[in-house]
Amino acid sequence: MTRERIAHTGGAATRVLPVLLPGAAHLTRTALRERAHGFATWRLRGSHGVVLMLAFLLGCGMAQAQAGPGYPSILATIWKWTPLLARGFVFNLAISFLAMAIGTFAGFFLGSAQISLLRPVRGTAWFTMNFFRNAPWLVLLFYCMFLIPFQVTVFGVTIPIPDWTKAVFGLALPVMANVAEIVRGAIQSIPTTQWEAAASLAFNRRQTLWMIIIPQCIKRMLPPWMNLYAILTMSTVLASIVGVNEMMTQTQRALSAESRPGLLLAFYSYVLLWFFAYCYPIARWTVRLEARYAVRH
Amino acid sequence: MQPVWDWFRWLYQTTGINLTIFYDAFDRGRFAHGFLMTVKLSVICIVLSVIIGVIGAWVQGSRHRVLRTFIHWYIQAFRNTPPLVQLYFFYFALGSLFTTAAGPLVTNVTWAIVSLSFFAGAFNVEIFRSGIEAVPRTTLEAAESLGFSRWQTYRRIVFPLAFRISLPALNNNLVNLVKTTTLAYAIAVPEMLYVSSQIWSDELNVPVMMNVLLICYFVLVGMVVYLMTRWERAVRVPGFGV
Amino acid sequence: MTTDSEAKPIVELIDVHQSFGHVEVLKGISFGVKKGGVVCIIGPSGAGKSSLLRCINGLVPIQKGSIRVASFEVHALKTDAEKIALRKEVSMVFQQYNLFPHKTALENVMMAPLHVLKEDPKEVRERAVALLTKVGLYDKQNTYPGELSGGQQQRVAIARSLAMRPEVMLFDEVTAALDPETVKEVLNTIQELAREGMTCILVTHEMRFAREIADEVHFTDGGKIVESGPPAELFDHPRMERTRAFLSQVL
Repeated sequence: MTRERIAHTGGAATRVLPVLLPGAAHLTRTALRERAHGFATWRLRGSHGVVLMLAFLLGCGMAQAQAGPGYPSILATIWKWTPLLARGFVFNLAISFLAMAIGTFAGFFLGSAQISLLRPVRGTAWFTMNFFRNAPWLVLLFYCMFLIPFQVTVFGVTIPIPDWTKAVFGLALPVMANVAEIVRGAIQSIPTTQWEAAASLAFNRRQTLWMIIIPQCIKRMLPPWMNLYAILTMSTVLASIVGVNEMMTQTQRALSAESRPGLLLAFYSYVLLWFFAYCYPIARWTVRLEARYAVRH
Repeated sequence: MQPVWDWFRWLYQTTGINLTIFYDAFDRGRFAHGFLMTVKLSVICIVLSVIIGVIGAWVQGSRHRVLRTFIHWYIQAFRNTPPLVQLYFFYFALGSLFTTAAGPLVTNVTWAIVSLSFFAGAFNVEIFRSGIEAVPRTTLEAAESLGFSRWQTYRRIVFPLAFRISLPALNNNLVNLVKTTTLAYAIAVPEMLYVSSQIWSDELNVPVMMNVLLICYFVLVGMVVYLMTRWERAVRVPGFGV
Repeated sequence: MTTDSEAKPIVELIDVHQSFGHVEVLKGISFGVKKGGVVCIIGPSGAGKSSLLRCINGLVPIQKGSIRVASFEVHALKTDAEKIALRKEVSMVFQQYNLFPHKTALENVMMAPLHVLKEDPKEVRERAVALLTKVGLYDKQNTYPGELSGGQQQRVAIARSLAMRPEVMLFDEVTAALDPETVKEVLNTIQELAREGMTCILVTHEMRFAREIADEVHFTDGGKIVESGPPAELFDHPRMERTRAFLSQVL
């Protein structure tokens, strides 16, 4: 709620009366929280799935109406292409998993580095984090696509690095930056009394961090972390721009192969349905987790 | 300026760092145009998305259920789908509707502006609506009791307050919008990323251009963030806030 | 105090009925307030007391009956312009969120005379400073409402209402959201006003205060006036059972 400060008038301490509704403070807090996490909170609902399905059927209907006789039905066409699209989708998921894993791992250390006692470490970490947060995701993707070699030789073994792997690194960079901010925010939200209590029990800094502070942070970090994953999954379609064989690329291939008018709405809503089917359970799980680990600020 | 360009040519010859965007007039022009296109997209989309947000927030408060539902689904559609898909939809699906035999009626730049404005506008509608609703009813009644007309109340009380309350969220959205302009690459809009890709395929200086690009975006976005923070601080309502 | 040969009341309500949707909130309220008189309205929450005040200055419409304030027939006012003319005569202070948070205390007081009455800015400023001094907040001119305590905010709100030079002032439970320490400073301000001859209608829970300043007290319950009378009579010798029950709870 609006912060109530003790104001002193004529010697007596009195509470400051709020001047705006609590909703206003909530909006600002949400905005600042979203600024820290780097993206807006996401709320998928069942009704979205219903509307998507309707859009899909509408698209099929429109395409069916536009096409004359002699063309196979829309649903048959989509069914024909589904195996290819599914293979593409697997890549989307793989990219999202790996990018999340790598980004979380790196971001964790980057976030912890920001509370280091050494000023140069803090500064470098802060700079790195903001550098990658300010960069658009597509630019970072390009960066990795072009600058990571297509194969690397280590211990005499040549390992080829396919396109989708480069995309993984490309997307892991912004994830790392955002996770760093989430971690930093979570650590800083632990009250200083925890640190003081640990110090009075003769814990050193590293022990305090790993045994007391970080376990408490995990709960606070989960909801924004899962929100980040949902956004990352949606962003994997960016990889189609750099030529990775994921679902979007396959869809575009299918569309140009079919070269039938008006298939766009049907195919795109089909793609979105797949993403929805994947993201919706995650969104619901996030809501449950948030409710369970609701943190009072 | 020629000595400056010559220095970059010398840099290339000695260190191999090929910054043609400085010493080569053609590339210089291309990159400048690309940068300006990014700035142009950002500014126009910011303005349009704010207008869409204001109109949408106003419609959301309307009495007609149809209008409210329409705005609700507009927001949900644009918030929960990848902006790339939205862009493709506008450019390919709607673009094909607006094409005559002579060629497309609407350029790809225009479609990019339309798509990105609606994308950011969807977020803005919610932001402004929350801002308007955060002004207490009693404050409005107090204004009415003082004799302010409805328009005066809106102009002097509701709008200034809703704006100040919405500003942090609005700024987040606008910074995000600047970063999202890179998606226009996908429909061949000559913004900074696209132009840079042309330059590096011509001059084969990929790593250098990549780094230049990253630095440019870092500076551009950083400046926007800085200006936004300054603006927030300037219009802060004392006694309210976190 | 009151004589029959006095001029007719400056505020007169006759059989006022008011509903919110299907719920009837006021079921036939009638009373009058003489110029310079102070009337307190007490009663349990939800009895429609706030609605009553909002009817008097035209914020909510009434379904039946008549309300007259000075020369205005409030129930007949239709256009915004007519209502604005009324509100130059009647000012209202609310329970909370009165002030405009993005303007300083002085600007709050100056706003209405400047933009509604379109008076000369220099004069308005002088008068605003004088009013703020009158309520004891001269040194808080340039502070924002968010930095003022509750009592200070309400005093600025009173000064702001006074800036319009109203004939009648309405107070809607103005101390209900305040800390006990600050309640006193606001009540003192209102008492000053009453002593100077301002016509006041207060909805309040502060029984002791009502007893001190009121010329007449009305006890409302269920949308009707159950009992009226001078404070000494109503508080010490209530006639109706409901009045007695209510007073025994709050006193």
